[in-house]
Amino acid sequence: MVGITSYGAYIPKYRLARDVIAKAWGPRFISGERAVANYDEDSLTMATEAALNCLQGRDPKSVDGLIFASTTSPYLEKQASTLVATAADLPAEIFTADQLSSLRAGTAALKSAMDAVKGGSSKNILITAADSRRAEPGSDSEQLIGDGAAAVMVGSTGVAASIEGTYSVSEEFLDAWRKQDDAFLQKGDSAFIQTYGYARIVQNCVEGILKKYEMKTGDISKFIFSAPDSRIYARLAKTLHLPPGSFMEDPLLTTVGDTGAAGPLMLLVAVLEKAQPGERILLCSYGAGNSDAFLLQVTPEAERLRERQGVSFYQNIKRPLTNYEKFLKFQNTLPHEPLAPFSSWALLWKEQKQNLRLYGTRCKKCGTFAFPRRRVCQKCHAKDEYEEAKLPRQGKVYTFAKDHLFPSPDPPTVMAVTDMDGGGRFYGQLTDGDPNQVKIGMPVELTFRRFHQGDGFYNYFWKLRPRE
Amino acid sequence: MSIKDRVAIIGVGTTKFGENFEMTYQDMALEAVYEAYQDAGLETKDMDAAWLGTLSPGLTGLEGDAGASLAEPLNFYPRPVTRVSAYCCSGMEAIRNAAFGVASGEYKLVLAVGVEKMREVPPRGSLVARHIHETHPLLSKGRTAPGIFAPIATRYFHQYGYTKETLAKVAVKNHYNGSLNPKAHFRSPITEEAALKAPMVVDPLGLFDCCPTTDGAAAAILTTPEFAQELKKDYILIKGMGLAVTHGYFSMAFQEDNDFLGFKSTREAAAMAYRQAGIKDPRKEIDVAEVHDCFTITELVNYEDLGFCGRGEGGRLIAEGITALNGELPVNTSGGLKSCGHPVGATGVRMVADVVSQLRGRSGKRQLKKVDIGLTHTLGGPGSIACVFVLGRP
Repeated sequence: MVGITSYGAYIPKYRLARDVIAKAWGPRFISGERAVANYDEDSLTMATEAALNCLQGRDPKSVDGLIFASTTSPYLEKQASTLVATAADLPAEIFTADQLSSLRAGTAALKSAMDAVKGGSSKNILITAADSRRAEPGSDSEQLIGDGAAAVMVGSTGVAASIEGTYSVSEEFLDAWRKQDDAFLQKGDSAFIQTYGYARIVQNCVEGILKKYEMKTGDISKFIFSAPDSRIYARLAKTLHLPPGSFMEDPLLTTVGDTGAAGPLMLLVAVLEKAQPGERILLCSYGAGNSDAFLLQVTPEAERLRERQGVSFYQNIKRPLTNYEKFLKFQNTLPHEPLAPFSSWALLWKEQKQNLRLYGTRCKKCGTFAFPRRRVCQKCHAKDEYEEAKLPRQGKVYTFAKDHLFPSPDPPTVMAVTDMDGGGRFYGQLTDGDPNQVKIGMPVELTFRRFHQGDGFYNYFWKLRPRE
Repeated sequence: MSIKDRVAIIGVGTTKFGENFEMTYQDMALEAVYEAYQDAGLETKDMDAAWLGTLSPGLTGLEGDAGASLAEPLNFYPRPVTRVSAYCCSGMEAIRNAAFGVASGEYKLVLAVGVEKMREVPPRGSLVARHIHETHPLLSKGRTAPGIFAPIATRYFHQYGYTKETLAKVAVKNHYNGSLNPKAHFRSPITEEAALKAPMVVDPLGLFDCCPTTDGAAAAILTTPEFAQELKKDYILIKGMGLAVTHGYFSMAFQEDNDFLGFKSTREAAAMAYRQAGIKDPRKEIDVAEVHDCFTITELVNYEDLGFCGRGEGGRLIAEGITALNGELPVNTSGGLKSCGHPVGATGVRMVADVVSQLRGRSGKRQLKKVDIGLTHTLGGPGSIACVFVLGRP
């Protein structure tokens, strides 16, 4: 049996009420709010968060593949999955790949992972999908889009939802696109694409998989579709004659937004969080004429994953972004000089086990732990007699300061000294928090973020954030 | 063999500290040195060697990167000039090395000079930019100079119950002292209310908790006590010199033994200097002190680290006026870094010049009555290096 053995999700903390956008531009297309990646987040960091949540309680060494799925990878040339895998402390001897440029990239990754596990070339493949698309200010897409990530582990032991069947449709169709140099999402004629694009192709794919496996609508407990817009989503459910309760009334659109390539997997995670053993799920993605459908069946193992940090966990963790201009700055829509201090890949390459994987040293003679790493023990002076040991990711603030000098789109920059639970100390930026709420003793945890563009590349490192 | 009483200071000089837009790095070095020459009644041809303290040559076209930046304006050729750098201890470190040059017997007369040109660029382009742009790409990224000391204030308040009002008292004292010092950058007294109302720089440190960005240079001439006597100068003796390096640069805030309530470097350097000078009770034995008040909180923890009071009592010392100009142990009678400004390489030498002036009774309106033993202290980088001198009259 091959299927989903674990899952996790991530939704950035900032939420922008659509009213705030409407206040700047006029009509509101959809109610509620959308999730907004903080200025130090991108698809790579969000995918890392989701991956870490998916890995919770699992040995990273058991993973032998990682696929990153997105339409907004930070680099056009430079694979993102390698860095996600490194930050997640997966072994170096694994297969990694990026599945890019399609809104069904997440399900494309799911399909290839399933095939690899079925074929026996891999045992456990982690798929992590994230998107953070930009729309032109004032466009309806600006309101519809949201940022988020989801991760699923595909394997054959401890399967919580088995994959019983798949079906795909691939038809050349152009409804939404971004060319190499387009800053914003482009869209075709809405009446045309609604009728001949999404609705028709998803319908074909759903009917196709049901027919292939000789099933009827009534055999499925939950239908999950990509949902680029609440109206056409509702219309599709009607066309398919889905009974009420067999699909999500609000596919995260009023709380998170359309999370692009991450969308189908985020919805899958949201459904799995509540699914009962025996239930059948039909998952169907859509991206520019392509659609992948999966038939899944929930097993009793699903109960084991209930406590995971998934969609419902993050839906409750939010901080309102009340300022539209700040949103534009977070999105990099407002032009500004990027922060590009000294950096050197030659330096960072040497230090990646420390800076990306968070390993310090533990003296073999006296047990003293050091982060950053020390070749000579701080206590007993033993030289090069250490073992590598991980810095814990959670701790409590020992002291802090709020810096108004350090350049940031979200000042002040809170710098916190943190004693980690289980030993070690970390000093760094505290993100996602209200500077006025920071206190000595406050529980915090490390989160992987984009730091700056020193030496012309994206520098990633860990920051602290309030622990929920 | 101790360094005590083996080296004499026979001349000091200081430029005006401030935004010296009209002077180059070399102009300032020259002005400070010639004032010291005048004080000692000597000239370049009498000197055997020199040490130059500068932190950041990058702020002014790499001037100060090597001893040549001092040799050139003085026409000091071909004698040895050594550039030293030890964060904010660079100036005192220049003097310390110069003193060893004399004590070794190799040189009879040496120059120790500190110079820093910081205002060729806007204040945010100076040390602020250095912290932001030139440090490790990731570790401690987000830390600025006030950001090093602000978390100490946060912890200090938390631990002992002090508030920003205590910090303001340090600013008020040092601004008052600076108002009496013709060479200080800031020469206006301020009120506690004004200090408390000032905008935040790195919360909880506001504008008046921070020293300014300043140009300046200072010089000292060192020789043996025997030769000083020969010259019949009212010389001053070095009684003790301690330099302690206790942490690294990026990693100091990661150290679990760092309590953020003071600096081990200061405690270690003070212990060295006190041992050499034979100081047992610093509060009683020291008559005047110039300490590193880069930020108001630093002065408070310095009181404790230097043994002027117990841990946690620094706030009480300032509140009770002990360290005021008319107090029992006046601290920063020059106005400190807070009012004089902090041209990094120059600061330690400027402190020595100020304490030497107090010991010789030449401090004008700021002159204290009884001054036999003085102390200077600089604290560098994230607090990982400290230098402490004890100076005294023969």
